[in-house]
Amino acid sequence: MNVIISVIGKDRIGIIRDVSAFLADLDINIVDISQTLMGEYFTMIMRANTEKSRMPIDKLIVALREKGESVGLDINLRSEEIFDAMHRI
Amino acid sequence: MISDKEIFETMRMVSSQHLDVRCITMGISLFDCISSSGKETADKVYDKIASYAKDLVSVGDKIATMYGVPVVNKRVSVTPISLVGAASGAYHEIALAMDRAAAETGIDFIGGYTALVQKGATEKEEAFLRSIPEALSSTEKVCSSVNIASSRAGINMDAVRTMGEIVKKTAYLTRDKDSIGCAKLVVFANAVEDNPFMAGAFHGAGEADKVINVGVSGPGVVKTALEQVDGDLTAVAETVKKTAFKVTRVGQLVAKTAANMLSAQFGIVDLSLAPTPAVGDSVGRILEEMGLERVGACGTTAALALLNDAVKKGGIMASSHVGGLSGAFIPVSEDIGMIEAAEMGALTLERLEAMTAVCSVGIDMVAIPGDTPAEVISAMIADEAAIGVVNQKTTAVRVIPVYGKKVGDQASFGGLLGRAPIMKVSGYSPAKFISRGGRIPAPLGSNKN
Repeated sequence: MNVIISVIGKDRIGIIRDVSAFLADLDINIVDISQTLMGEYFTMIMRANTEKSRMPIDKLIVALREKGESVGLDINLRSEEIFDAMHRI
Repeated sequence: MISDKEIFETMRMVSSQHLDVRCITMGISLFDCISSSGKETADKVYDKIASYAKDLVSVGDKIATMYGVPVVNKRVSVTPISLVGAASGAYHEIALAMDRAAAETGIDFIGGYTALVQKGATEKEEAFLRSIPEALSSTEKVCSSVNIASSRAGINMDAVRTMGEIVKKTAYLTRDKDSIGCAKLVVFANAVEDNPFMAGAFHGAGEADKVINVGVSGPGVVKTALEQVDGDLTAVAETVKKTAFKVTRVGQLVAKTAANMLSAQFGIVDLSLAPTPAVGDSVGRILEEMGLERVGACGTTAALALLNDAVKKGGIMASSHVGGLSGAFIPVSEDIGMIEAAEMGALTLERLEAMTAVCSVGIDMVAIPGDTPAEVISAMIADEAAIGVVNQKTTAVRVIPVYGKKVGDQASFGGLLGRAPIMKVSGYSPAKFISRGGRIPAPLGSNKN
C-alpha cells in the first residue's frame, strides 16, 4: 500500500536518521521525501510503500506514532488513497 | 503526484476543522425474520443483526485509523418494524431484541422502529404507533420514525393527530432525562429509504439484504474555507461547492472501503452538513460567516438556501450514488451557533420553519415547553409536512416537549444530542383543525406558484 507519512517536530540534528531507522525497522520503503523548516519546526512529508511490511496498516500507524513520541516527533502515516480521493478526479 | 500543499490541506481538515465521517450505517433487511410467533421473530431479529453487524464497529475503527479520519458513529438501520412485527404484534419484544443486538455489536444507534402511514394505517400499524413511547423509554439505542405524509399521498391527518399524542407520551415516560425519548423519534414527510442519519434511519422495503450507507459531515471545513473568501456570494457558493466535493470524496472512499470489508452492497453517500455541539462544527456559524450577525436574522433563509444548494452541487459529482437526506442539517440542540442564537432570541421557531423550506429535514432537536398540548405538536407536524409535500422534499419534526420545563429553562441531552433552550410556541389553539382528522389531499404537480 502507498502511504503518506508526515513528520513534525522541533528542529534538531538527526531527525531524518531517526525516522528512516523507524521505517526500516518496520520494513517500510521510502519512495520520496520533501522537507522544510517552518520557524523552528521541522516538517517532512514522505511517500512510502508498506508492501514488505509484516504488520497490518492500523498496527503500523500506532507503532510509528509511538516511536515518534519517544523522540519528540509527531509522525502520522495515512493511506495515500484519501489524498488521491480528495484532490484528484 | 499529490503536492505537499494538498497533503497539509487534508491534514488540517481533519486535525483542526472537524472533518469526520459522521456515520457508517449498515442497512439490514429483516423480512426473512417474520414469524407469527413473537418470540421467534424477536430471536431471529437479534440473531440477524448481531451476525451481520458483528464487525461493523471494528471495520469502522480500522478505516478511521487507515485514513486518519474519525468515524464518529457506527449504526444499523432495519426494515420498518411495523412490517416485521405485523404478523406477531410483538413490537415491544422486537424493540428489546434490537436494543440487545445493538449492545452486543457495540454500535451507537439502531434505527427502523418505523411505520409508513402516509396514506392510511392498518389496525396493526395503529397498535405499532401506540407502542412507540414504551419502546423508546425501555431501550437505550433504538430510534423510531413515522412517515405521515408524501407528495403523492398527501398528509394523513389522523396519523398526525396520533403522533402529537405519541410525542407527548414519550416525553412523559422519559421525563427523568429531560424527555430524551423524543430525541429518538422523528415524524417525516417524504421519508427516504436509505438515510444513514438518526433518528430517522430505516432500511426501505426496496433495499438489498445488507447495504452500507455513509453520512459525511464537515461544517467546520466549510466555515474555514469561507473565512478566506472576501468576494461576492457567487464566490461563496463556488467555495462551498469545491469544499463539499472534497468532503464527499472522503465519504465515497470510506463507503466503498467499508462495503468491501463488510461484504455488503455500497448504497449511498449522504452529503449532509451535520453539526455537533463542539465549537467549530456548526452550520449556524457558516451562515454567520456569510455575513449574518446571528443565525435567525433576516437573510438566514437565503443564506441557507445558497449553502444547501452548493453542498449538493459540489457533492453530487464526488460520489457515484448520492442519497439519504443530503443537504444542511439545522438541529438546534446539536449546533452551538443555533443554541446561542436561540438563547438570545435571535432564532425563533417561525424562522426555523422558514429555513426548513430550503434545507434538509426540518424542525429538528427543538425543545419546547413541557405543557405544550398534543394538538399543538400535531399542528407543528402538519405545518412541516405541508412544506415537504408541496415542495416535494423531505421534512421532519423532532421536537422535545421537555417535561416540567418552560420557556427560559434549558434541556440537556448529552453527547452528540447537545443541549437546548426551551423555545416559545404560539399559544393559539389549532385543536379543532387537528381534531378533524382525515387526509389533506396530495398537491397539484403543475401550475406552480
